Amino acid sequence: MTQRRGSGEVRRVQTTPIDPADLVAVVSAPDRGAVATFAGVVRDHNLGRRVLRLEYHAYEPMADREIAAIAAEAGARFPGTCVAIVHRLGVLEVGEISVLVAAAAPHRREALAACAWAIDEVKSRAPIWKKEHGEGGASWLEGPGDCAGPV
Amino acid sequence: MTLRVLLFARYAELAGGPAIEVEVEEGVTLEQVWAAVRLRAPALRSDAEPLMAVDRTYARPEHVVRHGAEIAFFPPVSGG
Repeated sequence: MTQRRGSGEVRRVQTTPIDPADLVAVVSAPDRGAVATFAGVVRDHNLGRRVLRLEYHAYEPMADREIAAIAAEAGARFPGTCVAIVHRLGVLEVGEISVLVAAAAPHRREALAACAWAIDEVKSRAPIWKKEHGEGGASWLEGPGDCAGPV
Repeated sequence: MTLRVLLFARYAELAGGPAIEVEVEEGVTLEQVWAAVRLRAPALRSDAEPLMAVDRTYARPEHVVRHGAEIAFFPPVSGG
């Protein structure tokens, strides 16, 4: 998909590194005076264990569809906002960005609220999984299983 | 009918691949398909309540499967 400034259109899953500036440009427009971003970053520890890297897998076509739906729903739920989301797949080292949400709106409150809502939805709905590689080996991390499923 | 079912993440690892074929009757539900999958791949037997999708949309266990649908089972998601 082509990425046009202010269009909100963006690739939603990718194996290449995420550049926050790209996503900010996608949601920016002259009438939007606020851009909120959230970056998920690979952390060097989890549950008391040292983490060396994370490996992200996805049901790619469905993840793409869910992420697109979340961005569209955010626009409807927070009128005047434009939201773009991209999630990285593959092996990520500590410090790399795994997911980025950018939300632009005329004013900060809507932008911040849309950004917070969208990342929560991504974490609960997008069919993406991480495998943690630590000093003791690798293990799948799984969510709480409270996904709402069909609505 | 023969269904090819998609599996992801830990399920794919436990089943030995990203897809598995099962033989089921016409008119089965997703719940019944999952039972058939677990007979083929016993490593999944302790996973009683997977997330389920039909044609890339979340679906419920009672959803009746039609021939040609893209069916997927997967564990609780953990992106982000």
